[in-house]
Amino acid sequence: MNAPTYNFAYLDEQTKRMIRRAILKAIAIPGYQVPFASREMPMPYGWGTGGVQVTAAILGTNDVLKVIDQGSDDTTNAISIRKFFEKTAGVVTTTSTADATVIQTRHRIPEAPLHAQQVLVYQVPIPEPLRYLEPRETETRRMHALGEYGLMHVKLYEDIARFGHIATAYAYPVKVNARYVMDPSPTPKFDNPKMDNCPALQLFGAGREKRIYAIPPYTSVVSLDFEDHPFTRYKHDACCALCDSGDSYLDEIVTDNKGSRMFVCSDTDYCETRQSQGHRGSENAAPYAESKHA
Amino acid sequence: MYVAVKGGERAIENAHRLLAHERRGDRDVPEVSLAQISGQLSLGVDRVMTEGSLYDRELAALAIKQARGDMIEAIFLLRAFRATLPRFGASEPVDTSRMQVRRRISSTFKDMPGGQILGSTFDYTHRLLDPVLAGESMPEAPALAEAQPLAMPRVTDILGRDGLIESSPAEDADQPVGDLTRDALSFPADRDLRLQNLARADEGFLLSLGYSSQRGYGRNHPFAGEIRLGEVEVEFMAEDVGFAVPLGAITLTECQMVNQFKGTDTEAPCFTRGYGLAFGQSERKAMSMALVDRALRARELGEDVQAPAQDEEFVMSHSDNVQATGFVEHLKLPHYVDFQSELGLLRKLRKEFHEAMETPSEMQEAAE
Repeated sequence: MNAPTYNFAYLDEQTKRMIRRAILKAIAIPGYQVPFASREMPMPYGWGTGGVQVTAAILGTNDVLKVIDQGSDDTTNAISIRKFFEKTAGVVTTTSTADATVIQTRHRIPEAPLHAQQVLVYQVPIPEPLRYLEPRETETRRMHALGEYGLMHVKLYEDIARFGHIATAYAYPVKVNARYVMDPSPTPKFDNPKMDNCPALQLFGAGREKRIYAIPPYTSVVSLDFEDHPFTRYKHDACCALCDSGDSYLDEIVTDNKGSRMFVCSDTDYCETRQSQGHRGSENAAPYAESKHA
Repeated sequence: MYVAVKGGERAIENAHRLLAHERRGDRDVPEVSLAQISGQLSLGVDRVMTEGSLYDRELAALAIKQARGDMIEAIFLLRAFRATLPRFGASEPVDTSRMQVRRRISSTFKDMPGGQILGSTFDYTHRLLDPVLAGESMPEAPALAEAQPLAMPRVTDILGRDGLIESSPAEDADQPVGDLTRDALSFPADRDLRLQNLARADEGFLLSLGYSSQRGYGRNHPFAGEIRLGEVEVEFMAEDVGFAVPLGAITLTECQMVNQFKGTDTEAPCFTRGYGLAFGQSERKAMSMALVDRALRARELGEDVQAPAQDEEFVMSHSDNVQATGFVEHLKLPHYVDFQSELGLLRKLRKEFHEAMETPSEMQEAAE
């Protein structure tokens, strides 16, 4: 039987070079979806194979890797991907946003500002922002080539006509470098402003759909809107029950059968850092570390 | 309380441990061996090799065992392994007219050179559960005959001599063959890529699409020109030695569908082909593939593209069960964050709706 042996970070060097070429092209044309020969990875499509391939291609031995899902380092799929790279690349991993050089994420951008030495790798399920308006790839590619985004504006306008505001809460479309309309992956629109003029390199990998795209550092990223209906960031009506943060994205947690609920930061590193600095929320009179491992 | 909603490394480890335990089943029952799976569940192994795109019976049997008999999971395991294998090059095209045939049937001619060879098949068996198989069984040894020393011409080649059927595309050694596992697919796709996609496609998906074409959604009047099963030699052109070296023999099922074509102003009416090829004995797959291949040639043959089976973007984008199962099942992953934004939006919309109900808006007044 052929006993398998695997290269550093799983992928063979030839594949990594192919992916890096796609990444370079993506950086050169911000927001443009570059087709690449996505490989079958040892985790299922739709579970981060695009992000994993991008991470595998850029990871070096000195990198420090952080993996989050829904903002948390401790969700099952984040753990699974982090372990995958611990095993196949042996790189140092961290949960600290500030310490990481590569952060792979699903559905969130960390609350702490990113810096120029970092790369944020997004896992992308459907890279095509126009997909639900036009199912055909042949059509959407033509629309991008011609900068023909009327359909998207009509969709947003119809929301306003119907609801009085744009009714898209996540995967809110953005225009990158004043050229390509891009899907930010299913991050809540709360995170959109963080993409604009960000010092870190942002890479997006869609494995099943075989596309890579990028936002180079310090690139303009504008959420689509209208002059009389400007983009607004989602605002929670509550503060974090653990760290009292009033400007982070919150998860809603149902606490009993009567439907009582509490709100806590979705970004666990941000929340824990704040708590270690002495911030306390309504549910967290006791030190957090004790209640966590109770 | 709060900790409980987050997954833990411990939970994953324990889940995998439980999975291994359940895979083993009752420990008083002997463990199933790879040789048993390969030998006695051989059609399952054939399917996993076909859709896993890797001809290796032992690894396919291992995948089936590891996947607890879940075929798509087994296919996925084999594909993920295949993706890591170094690529030395492409083999010479296999010549199925030189196949050592074990089974060969045609529904278009009662007899032809080489004859009809029924071989092993479920066809014409009565589907009655056989209680004998519940215990140890020792079936009769098969009847034997001398192997045909002559090459068996393909039925479509016989038709081709009179020009009644379009000729197969001419072989061109300099023409590179596409590989959708090494290049991203773009549309419109040529037939080489379509066939590769169909060869890897989910058998059930192709079966339903082929069936739909028979029921009128993109009908193309098929006849099973020939289905053949047997062994063919695989040769590899070794640049160092300057000639093709035989690598061994593989079992293939080939299906050539013969379909109607009404002709155009410039082309005489003739039969056209739909082509299916699969590893091992995979007749349902090869036949379905041939039906869908022909349906997807609608554009090339100037037919109206109206049915799902004729729509290459639709078929090729959704045929791969490893992709499909991943994306469907990724809905099991947490979506707290998106759901939270939807929840916020929904609450806002409902609030606005109720407010509007209480105080008629200007627009409603104007309408009244």
